[in-house]
Amino acid sequence: MTIPFYVAPEQLVRDKAEFARKGIARGRSILGLDYAGGVLLLGENPSTALHKISEVYDRIAFAGVGRYNEFETLRKAGIRQADLMGYLYSRDDVTAMGLATAFSQTLGVIFIRDPKPFEVEVLIAEVSEDGSEHRLFRVTYDGTLFDERNFVAIGGKSEQLTAALGELWREGLTLKEAFDVGAEVFRRAEGRESEGWEMAVLDATMSPRTFRRLDPSEFTAS
Amino acid sequence: MNAPAPGASFTDLLHSLGARPTWVAQPGDKAPSAPEGTTVLALRYNNGVVMAGDRRATEGNLVAHRRIRKVYPTDRYSAVAIAGTAGVAIEMVKLFQVELEHYEKIEGVRLSLEGKASFLARLVRGQLPLAIQGLGVVPLFAGFDEREGRGRLYSYDVVGGRYEETDFGSTGSGARLAKSYLRTTYREDLTAEDAADLAVKALVAASQDDTATGGPDLLRGIFPNVVHIDSDGVRELGDDVVGPLAEQAVESIL
Repeated sequence: MTIPFYVAPEQLVRDKAEFARKGIARGRSILGLDYAGGVLLLGENPSTALHKISEVYDRIAFAGVGRYNEFETLRKAGIRQADLMGYLYSRDDVTAMGLATAFSQTLGVIFIRDPKPFEVEVLIAEVSEDGSEHRLFRVTYDGTLFDERNFVAIGGKSEQLTAALGELWREGLTLKEAFDVGAEVFRRAEGRESEGWEMAVLDATMSPRTFRRLDPSEFTAS
Repeated sequence: MNAPAPGASFTDLLHSLGARPTWVAQPGDKAPSAPEGTTVLALRYNNGVVMAGDRRATEGNLVAHRRIRKVYPTDRYSAVAIAGTAGVAIEMVKLFQVELEHYEKIEGVRLSLEGKASFLARLVRGQLPLAIQGLGVVPLFAGFDEREGRGRLYSYDVVGGRYEETDFGSTGSGARLAKSYLRTTYREDLTAEDAADLAVKALVAASQDDTATGGPDLLRGIFPNVVHIDSDGVRELGDDVVGPLAEQAVESIL
């Protein structure tokens, strides 16, 4: 047996990317979309105990798809960085931009340096003070950072979800309408009914902590 | 982002980074003079706790600050009131606030009230070397126990001893006066409004004989900080509510 002593960088990156994409494709997707009073985060999640969506700071939320232990590590690191910044400087100095670049750095380094890349994709959402301009960032397994407008999807079905969102999302949705759009988008992308929702909002009208988990039964009952 | 994982505690995270607030004073050093917060108190009412503090900080015989805040909401269901060296105490409260929020976000659930009270004791204990130098901090802690469905309050001593109080507690220079006022007027099953009224009266009573306790300053419009903590969470009373209470209290006690 011969031992390959040289692997072309292109080959190495391609193999790692393919591995990571396969891992992510096995998990379920999450989407984030603006509504009139903030940002709605919605994911299909049959478990009511294990969360994929979480509060990071006053106006910032995190969502992750892929391997649970890996995005959980990132989530905790994000909360640590945010709380540390806010404690050492001021609560106003913690921004989604700062966190998104930190996630991008971390994932980028892991992708290149470690034998196995993280099989995750994360989403960082932030509502602005007056509720008008929200920020949505998406960071992929290799640390690529995307700045999205109005809506975003992460996970295996993200392309189909984004395409459907492009058709259905419109400015000034109410929260209920935003949920209906999200549910319809999932239905189109997955071709079936959801097995349970995990949902949360960054509600710009709340202060100082805007993150709130919602009970999906309030929305699906009607 | 690659700091060693310190679990769910923000204080331990700071410690692992060498960023925990510390004041180093050698034994035998002459303690510096720093502003001190004076009288705070808390009392239980039928379904919660009311907490109040005067607004004065003193340095020796001088008034260092007229509008200092000594009562701080620390999360949705709890609040801390501080007495002792103001700078150290305010930093301690800030750390405590971040600690509670950090734990809640990392673990996905809030600490139990007992857990919060016990963590605060740890922070007080950590300041013991400073306390020996005369720069001690003695807080009061109150909250609504979500599991038991009732308001509870704890007083502390300078070494971090923690004592749950059944009716009321007070700390700071005017504490003895405030407590003797409360001892004669406190009754069980107070309403939230009556409890706020009583809290303000007790502070006014303390300010009559303790120069370090600031009474309501009707000319400048400086009134005590008062918070209610019950099943709806922590609510701070505005000056529009506390102002009239303070005026009545001054009239009734004079």
